[in-house]
Amino acid sequence: MLKLENAQIAQGDFRLRADFTLEPDRKYAVIGPSGAGKSTLLSALCGFVPLSEGRMLWKGEDITSAVPGARPMTMLFQDNNLFPHLSVLQNVALGLRPDGQIKQGEKDVVLDALARVDLAGYAQAKPGALSGGQQSRVALARVLVQARPLVLLDEPFAALGPALRNEMLDLVSGMAAQTGAALVMVTHAPEDVRRIADEVIFVEGGRAHAPRPAAALMDNPPPELRAYLG
Amino acid sequence: MLALILLALGAVLSRAEAGAGLGAGDWAAIRFTVAQALWSSVLSVLLAVPVARALARRRFAGRAALVTLLGAPFILPVIVAVLGLLTVFGRNGWLNAGLEALGLPAVSIYGFHGVVLAHVFFNMPLATRLLLQGWQAIPAERFRLAAQLRLTPFAMFRAVEWPMLLQVVPGALALVFVICLTSFAVALTLGGGPRATTIELAIYQAFRFDFDLGRAALLSVVQLVLAGGMALVALRFVPTISIGGGLDRVMPRWDAWGGMQRLGDGVVIAFAALFLLVPLTAVILRGLAGLPSMPTSVYHAAGVSISVAIASIIVLLLLALPMAGWIAGRKAGGVEAVGLLGLSASPLMIGTGWFIVINPYADPFDFALLVTVLVNAMMALPFALRILVPPMREAVQRYGRLSTMLGLRGWVLWRVLLLPRLRAQIGFAAGLTGALSMGDLGVIALFADPDRVTLPLQMVRLMGAYRMDAAAGAALLLLGLSLGIFWICDKGGRWRAEA
Repeated sequence: MLKLENAQIAQGDFRLRADFTLEPDRKYAVIGPSGAGKSTLLSALCGFVPLSEGRMLWKGEDITSAVPGARPMTMLFQDNNLFPHLSVLQNVALGLRPDGQIKQGEKDVVLDALARVDLAGYAQAKPGALSGGQQSRVALARVLVQARPLVLLDEPFAALGPALRNEMLDLVSGMAAQTGAALVMVTHAPEDVRRIADEVIFVEGGRAHAPRPAAALMDNPPPELRAYLG
Repeated sequence: MLALILLALGAVLSRAEAGAGLGAGDWAAIRFTVAQALWSSVLSVLLAVPVARALARRRFAGRAALVTLLGAPFILPVIVAVLGLLTVFGRNGWLNAGLEALGLPAVSIYGFHGVVLAHVFFNMPLATRLLLQGWQAIPAERFRLAAQLRLTPFAMFRAVEWPMLLQVVPGALALVFVICLTSFAVALTLGGGPRATTIELAIYQAFRFDFDLGRAALLSVVQLVLAGGMALVALRFVPTISIGGGLDRVMPRWDAWGGMQRLGDGVVIAFAALFLLVPLTAVILRGLAGLPSMPTSVYHAAGVSISVAIASIIVLLLLALPMAGWIAGRKAGGVEAVGLLGLSASPLMIGTGWFIVINPYADPFDFALLVTVLVNAMMALPFALRILVPPMREAVQRYGRLSTMLGLRGWVLWRVLLLPRLRAQIGFAAGLTGALSMGDLGVIALFADPDRVTLPLQMVRLMGAYRMDAAAGAALLLLGLSLGIFWICDKGGRWRAEA
C-alpha cells in the first residue's frame, strides 16, 4: 500500500500531480506520451526527485522525505544497472548488503538467485563479458535478493529485441508473483501492457491518473489515451 | 590544505612589511622572470606547432614511442635534464667540442639563453602533446570534406587547422608561461648573477646567503602576486590534461602527400626526437661511467628521497581524493581554482612562510622533510585534480542513482564504486606525484642541512664541487628512481583493471 496524497512533482516549469494508491501483488503499467513525466513519476516514487507538495505513505507511515535506500522499493534504470568493475556475484550481493561483504549463508542466497535467472555458471564473470539479456538477468537477480515490496522498472529492457524483452517481462512478472511484490513499469508498447499489466497508470497533461484495469481500458480507451495510442 | 598556504602567506605578509622596498636587483629579477617566461613559452609553442602537425599526419615506426617520450620531461627531474643539457651544450659539452673542431667560437649555456633552452626542453614536449590533442580532436569529416573539395595545403590549413590552433595555442602559452614563472632549479643551475636571476632564485639567495628574511618575504609576495595573477588568467585557457591514451591515433589524411611536405615533416620529427633524446642519452652514458665514483652519501640521499616521495603520494591522495569527490558532486568547475592556488603559490614562498612560522618555536631545519612532503603534495594537487575530477564526475553521473538506491554511502561508496572506477587515474596521479617529488629541488634547498639531503640536492652539491662524474652517476640513479616510481604506480593502477 503505497499512497500518494495530493502529491506534486515540480521540476522547473514542469508539474506533475498524482493522487492514488498502489496495492501489493499487482502489476501496473505506466504509459503516456514522451516527456509527459513517466520516468519522473518513478524517480519521485523512488526518492530521486522530491515532492514539492503532498505526502507519500507506506503502510500509513510517512516516507515523503526518506532517502532512496530506506524506501520499500527498488528500481531498474534504463541502463547502468550494474557496476562494470564488480563480478556478477558481487553485483548481486550488493542487493543483500550495501557494503558487499556477504557471509557464507548469504552467498548461497545470491547463488540461488543467479540460478533462478539461469546464470548459475556466471558468478565470477564481469558484466562486460555478458550479453545484454544476461546483464538484464543479473540486475533481476539483484532485485530478487533485495526482496522489496515494490519493484519499479524504467524501461530497463528497451534495448533488447522483442523476443528477449518478452522473456524478461515474463521472468520479472513471475518473480513478482512469487514474492508478492507490486510491479510498476514504464512502457511505450501497448502489447507489453496487455502481456503483463493488471492496471494502467496513464500519465498525460500534467497528471498521473489513478490506476484503471488494463484490459477494460485498452479495449475502450478514453479520448486522450486513444490519441496517444493512435 | 588552504590553511597551509594561507598561514605561510600570512607569515610572509607579516614580515614583508618590515622590508625596505624593492632594490634594483629585485626589479632586475622581476624583469628577468617575466622575460624568460615569455620567451620560453613563445618558443616552446612555436616549435611545438610543426612537431604536433607532423605527428598528427604521419605514421611511422617508433611514433608511439616518440609520443610517450614527449610525456617524459613532465616527470623528468629538472636537475637531471639540466645535467644532460650541460653535457651537450655546456662549456666542455659535445656541441662546443664540435664547434671547436670546426674552428668556430664556443657558445655558453649559462645565463638567459641557457634558462630559456632548458625551459623549452621541458615545455616544448608538453605543448606538443597539448597541440596534438587539438589536432586529434578535429573531426575526421573535416579532412574528408577538405579532400573532396581539393583544398590546397594553405586553404586546408586556414579552413581546418588554423581555427583549432586559435583555440588551443592560448592555453598552451598560458600554461607554459605560468610554469616558467616559478622556475627555480633551472635558474639555480644555469642562471644566477645579477642578469639571470628569477624571483624564485632571488628568494633563495636572500634567504640562504644574506639571511634577510624580510627581503625574502617581500620577494615572496611579489612572486605570489605575479604567478597567482597569471594563474588566474591562465585558468580560463588551460586545457584538461589527458591521461596519456588516445594520442596514438593517426587521422587518415589526403592532403600533404607532396615530397617537400613529407621531407619537412620528417626533418621536424627527427629534430624533435634528437632534441629530447640526445641530452637524455648523454645523462645515461655519463651516469653509467660515473656510477662507481658516487660517494655513499648519494645512497643515503636516495633513501631520503624515496621516503619523501612515498609520503608525498600518501599526503596527495589524502588531499586530492576527498577534494575531487567534493568537486565532482558540484556542477561548476570553479572549485578547481583551489587546486590551482598550488600552482601559483611558489614552493619557496611557502618554504619562507613556514620558516617564519616555525622559527620562533622550534628549529625549522627539523621540519625540512615534513615541509618538503607537504609542498610536493601541494604542487602535484592541481594536476591530480585535473586527472581525477572528470572520471569522478562520470562515475557519479553514471552510477550515482544505482548507488543511492542500494544504500551505498560514505566509505562503502568509496570502496565499492569510486576507488575501483578511478584506479587507473589514481595510479597515474600517484605516479606523477612520486616522480615530481623524487626530482623536486625547491623547498629542500632552503631548509637543507648536511643530515637531511634529498638526491636532487645531493646532485647539486656534487655539481657545485665539480665532481661531475659522481653527479652524473647520481643523476642516473635519480632518473631511474623517478621513472621507476611513476611506472610502479601507473602500472599498479592499470594492473588487471577492467572497463
